[in-house]
Amino acid sequence: MTEGKASPDTESGPARSMAWGPRLGWDRGALARRTTALPKPVKWTLIGLLVVVLYALPLLELPIISTPDTDFGGVLFTVASYVLVALGLNIVLGYAGLLDLGYVGFYAIGAYTVAVLGSLQAQLSWWLLIPLAVIVTTISGILLGAPTLRVRGDYLAIVTLGFGEIIRLTALNTEWLGAAKGITGVPRPPSVELFDVPHLEWEGATALIDLDDTTSFLSFGVADQAPYYWLTLTVIFLVLGADRMLRLSRIGRGWEATREDEDAAELMGVPTFKFKLLAFACGAFIGGLSGALFASRQGFINPESFLLLLSILFVAAVVVGGAGNRWGVIMGAIVVAYLPERFRGFEEWRLLVFGVALLLLANFRPQGLIPPRRAKRAQAVDEQLDALEEGSARA
Amino acid sequence: MPSTSVSEQPVARNGAALLSLDDVSIQFGGLKALDGVSFDVREGEILGLIGPNGAGKTTCFNVMTGVYQPTSGEVRFAGERLGRRKRFAITRLGIARTFQNIRLFGNMTALENVLVGADAHHRTNVVDALFRSPRHRREEREGEETARDVMRFLGLERRADELARNLSYGEQRRLEIARAMATKPRLLCLDEPAAGFNPAEKAQLMDLIRRIRDRGLTVLLIEHDMSLVMGVSDRVAVLEFGRKIAEGVPADVRNDPAVIAAYLGTDVDDEEGDL
Repeated sequence: MTEGKASPDTESGPARSMAWGPRLGWDRGALARRTTALPKPVKWTLIGLLVVVLYALPLLELPIISTPDTDFGGVLFTVASYVLVALGLNIVLGYAGLLDLGYVGFYAIGAYTVAVLGSLQAQLSWWLLIPLAVIVTTISGILLGAPTLRVRGDYLAIVTLGFGEIIRLTALNTEWLGAAKGITGVPRPPSVELFDVPHLEWEGATALIDLDDTTSFLSFGVADQAPYYWLTLTVIFLVLGADRMLRLSRIGRGWEATREDEDAAELMGVPTFKFKLLAFACGAFIGGLSGALFASRQGFINPESFLLLLSILFVAAVVVGGAGNRWGVIMGAIVVAYLPERFRGFEEWRLLVFGVALLLLANFRPQGLIPPRRAKRAQAVDEQLDALEEGSARA
Repeated sequence: MPSTSVSEQPVARNGAALLSLDDVSIQFGGLKALDGVSFDVREGEILGLIGPNGAGKTTCFNVMTGVYQPTSGEVRFAGERLGRRKRFAITRLGIARTFQNIRLFGNMTALENVLVGADAHHRTNVVDALFRSPRHRREEREGEETARDVMRFLGLERRADELARNLSYGEQRRLEIARAMATKPRLLCLDEPAAGFNPAEKAQLMDLIRRIRDRGLTVLLIEHDMSLVMGVSDRVAVLEFGRKIAEGVPADVRNDPAVIAAYLGTDVDDEEGDL
């Protein structure tokens, strides 16, 4: 009896998880249909709950998800930064189809603007620094795009790759920008300490409120990183809203048309160059914002923070998740940023695991973990056609 | 005379020149793709542009739509010189085209493809889109109306939410026409729209081209299929080796010795197989 009880758990465990792998993406269409079919109040309640849970995440101290070795709030902030960056890069790479391998350049410009004007060369207020950082990066995006967006495909990838490195090398070799030793004392967001929020503590399956472990709302300090996560999460929600608005407009359609067939788009009245530049500017805007938040959390930056590897991780996040689908790239960013933090012991294996994962992905899910819904529908139709052809061949 | 609402008015056949090529030459290295070509497309007519393979028909289209700049000569549309206008600006001016090899936006739905065409005249910018400005909402509504109307006209309304690349070949050809028509052109250029069609589909296409003309559009047609061109065109211009060798009503062109010679004295119908 005991055997019979134990065996389904142990044996079906891996089998179930294997069945889950491929289904994760394919079933989402059904899930999405089911959620859109829900009555509106129910839907909004569910969305509201999800938002609350996301904000509460650093307080919940959930047993499996939380990272034992590092501050969970900090990990959440890192993940949120990647999500933000991935959303920005998704506009450039996923919507407009421009392979930007130097996205870290914008991230760096955002971070350096905050650091240089907030600490090294001037002491501007944080409220002024963030808009400044965004403006500077957006302009840099336009300056980079204006000459380079005339080249296509692989050539654009090479040019942007160079851009990312040039930004880093410029910072490394310019005394005014702090050179190799970097910049310390980057201003943090101003704190307003209103009240303390207690964390939970888990004993087995019961949650207790731990009054000794609290997060001050809203104090941007060094030790407790949860407020930075909340800030970034809020920015993500705003960006998601903006992303949706653009996607559903003439601009989103123009980007997609340009990605699909640039010449045909131009001949159908899409000013493709202008739209590509716009995609670059939007991407730079979000990348710079993310970099600015990173610098003000970190308090210290140097050129080592903006290596080429980061660009590649960003692209990996977008491609792994499913370029062109905002939920997909969020998932991709979580995979790329969270898993290495959760499994710190495997850190030295990180690149190997990534390599293998990307190979598997390219073979089995070339459209990404959560591909754009329409790509999936197309694939479903293709499969139906294949099945029909097989059937008729057999008959 | 300028832009009265073209679509609703009864059309005067053989009206004034809508598009004129004036002594247009274009040279690629040593090759003269077009050599002093002049002809007019008159408002409200269907003009067939024919010629053997490599005669310069598609090059002609490319000059008219701004893909190539003529080496010499000029193209005027509705009295204005095209000059160095960008391709999208020429589309806004009122010239739309389809492609010899279908070039739809495969991963967008049929409706979205047509909406891109309708967007040609829209002005919504980032701020409009972000804040759902009245202009944005008006343009979205108008765009969708235009798109649905054009798709209904082409019998594609039930395929609106299908991905373009999942449509059948014939539907894709029609979707290309729909996308071009959604830009509200005065001149519609069709580049071999009957390629790969069977006789029944060709007959439907002829009917469609006439109905497009009856909507008030001027049609310029490149086609290999002689019976189709001769059957549907009001006038025909013939190119050979980049030169215009004949122009006139189908009956005259058909019997023109230069045209017969251009088709190597072979039966004209043999050209049909040459796709």
